[in-house]
Amino acid sequence: MDQISVLVEWSRAQFALTAMYHWIFVPLTLGMTYMIAFMETIYVRTGNEEWKRITKFWGKLFGINFAIGVATGIILEFEFGTNWSNYSWFVGDIFGAPLAIEGIMAFFLESTFIAIMFFGWNKVSKKFHLLSTWLVAIGASLSALWILVANAWMQFPTGTVFNPETARNEMIDFWSVLFSPVAVNKFLHTISNGFVVSALFITGVSAWFIIKKREVLFAKRSMLIATTFGLLSSVFLALTGDGSAYHVAQKQPMKLAAMEGLYNGQDGAGLIMIGVINPKKQVGDDRNDYIFKIEIPKMLSLLGYRNANAFVPGIDDLVYGNESKGLISAQEKIERGTVAMETLNQYRLAKQNGDSTTIAKLSVLFDRQTAEGQEFFENYFRYFGYSHLKKPEDIVPNVPLVFYSFHIMVALGFFFIIFFAIMLFFVLKNVVEKRKIWLLLAIWTFPLGFIASQAGWIVAEVGRQPWVIQDLMPVSMAVSQVSASAVQLTFILFAIIFTSLLIAEVSIMNKAIKNGPTEGGK
Amino acid sequence: MKILKPFQKIFNFYSDGFKNMPKWGKQAWVIIILKGIIIFIVIKFVFFPNYLKKNFDTDEQRSEHVLNQLTKTK
Repeated sequence: MDQISVLVEWSRAQFALTAMYHWIFVPLTLGMTYMIAFMETIYVRTGNEEWKRITKFWGKLFGINFAIGVATGIILEFEFGTNWSNYSWFVGDIFGAPLAIEGIMAFFLESTFIAIMFFGWNKVSKKFHLLSTWLVAIGASLSALWILVANAWMQFPTGTVFNPETARNEMIDFWSVLFSPVAVNKFLHTISNGFVVSALFITGVSAWFIIKKREVLFAKRSMLIATTFGLLSSVFLALTGDGSAYHVAQKQPMKLAAMEGLYNGQDGAGLIMIGVINPKKQVGDDRNDYIFKIEIPKMLSLLGYRNANAFVPGIDDLVYGNESKGLISAQEKIERGTVAMETLNQYRLAKQNGDSTTIAKLSVLFDRQTAEGQEFFENYFRYFGYSHLKKPEDIVPNVPLVFYSFHIMVALGFFFIIFFAIMLFFVLKNVVEKRKIWLLLAIWTFPLGFIASQAGWIVAEVGRQPWVIQDLMPVSMAVSQVSASAVQLTFILFAIIFTSLLIAEVSIMNKAIKNGPTEGGK
Repeated sequence: MKILKPFQKIFNFYSDGFKNMPKWGKQAWVIIILKGIIIFIVIKFVFFPNYLKKNFDTDEQRSEHVLNQLTKTK
């Protein structure tokens, strides 16, 4: 491995470590707030003090999670500035604007109303307290919106133009960045995932109380809210997952091929339900794709293209091209990207030499308002990132990791729907106390929520490799010229800090759960 | 002063809240403060200076550097 590759791999590992630890805290913040708001709504509407007690207990667990998780995401921004400086500069205000809005919203909405949520009992009116709780929930979702919009832009860059003068992308259409189909789906899929994880948490903790025969009424009421919310959210999660897969098929076909371990494209491709991919399989060879598979015929074509007979390109088609299906090869894209890169280099040299004639001539090519500029973008600049790839096979992500992560995520997602439906049935029939096995299963299902959630992020982020910005910038182009040993050192530092925070979270949370709903209504 | 009354009310609201905070709340604040010091002082300034701000003085130099990186041949 050369020095740059070592640096890229460690920088990626560090970013992944930070993001994955951050994502332990975020789903609970996103989802618990809504369930707490529902609980408090019932309290305000019925005046039943038991619901106040329920609200306060789950509010306490939310507060612990929020306190420990807050600001863990800011480290990702530090990493952008230090390890990924070319990327940070290149994206310009696309990332800056949403993150600034996120910071302001998070501070004013969440911080102000969280204070009322915790300090305001008996000091503000019931209705104003309830409004604050709802605003905390909405504020948390809106905070997530902006960072997810920025992430979606990386998967599907839209609404921007590249300025060769500053080497930055500039936003020309805020609404197409905000409402790009990838951004909308990503937001809905991600927050509903947070809802499901939180519902599993409340269901699991409630199950523990029932098994211990403590606070049984409190636990059953909590479970009623959590399983209802969890069932609705997990169905919605599946629907938005379908939407996400559809957009991946349109915008990131290599990611879809890796998710399904599909090397050779097919008309009417089937969806793998369970499969083991051949570990010896390499791009372009004749080995079988799978050792074993059970598939649903034509389903991949149907889900990806809304047409049961549609052609789904495989990894080999995308690397080597498929003329009959109108797919150009990665080699062709590398050549076109190199033309774009050389044009930019000519512009840079002309700028250095003060050659205004060349600058004027080349500026037209980077101006998408002109016909020449639009043609240059469509044929060359949209493949700019390919200019930094060494060989066509470099566009293939880690197929086994993406394939297994995707299938684990989907299998768990469907399991959660069934689980919530059965648990809700038991709660409604008032027989949940007698279903010991299901109660134990509820406790052990909570960590599965995190596994599914992290697997989803692996699919989204590993699946789009080598791109940090789809087709425009690979990770090798994005990374700063810093020392790999510095990145290794901070990787270890972060591993220690985040593990300590996780231990603190688990131990404080455990203690709070064991103490039970001590304060509140009664 | 009438004009300061709302601010006094807000101050008292927070002050009472902090004074009457349960044990778990105090523990959470200790973690928040410790974490803040580690993240914003140690991590940010010692380990994570902004690469372009540290190495270049003007935006023009930063653009030039990034353009060099983008147009570097393989």
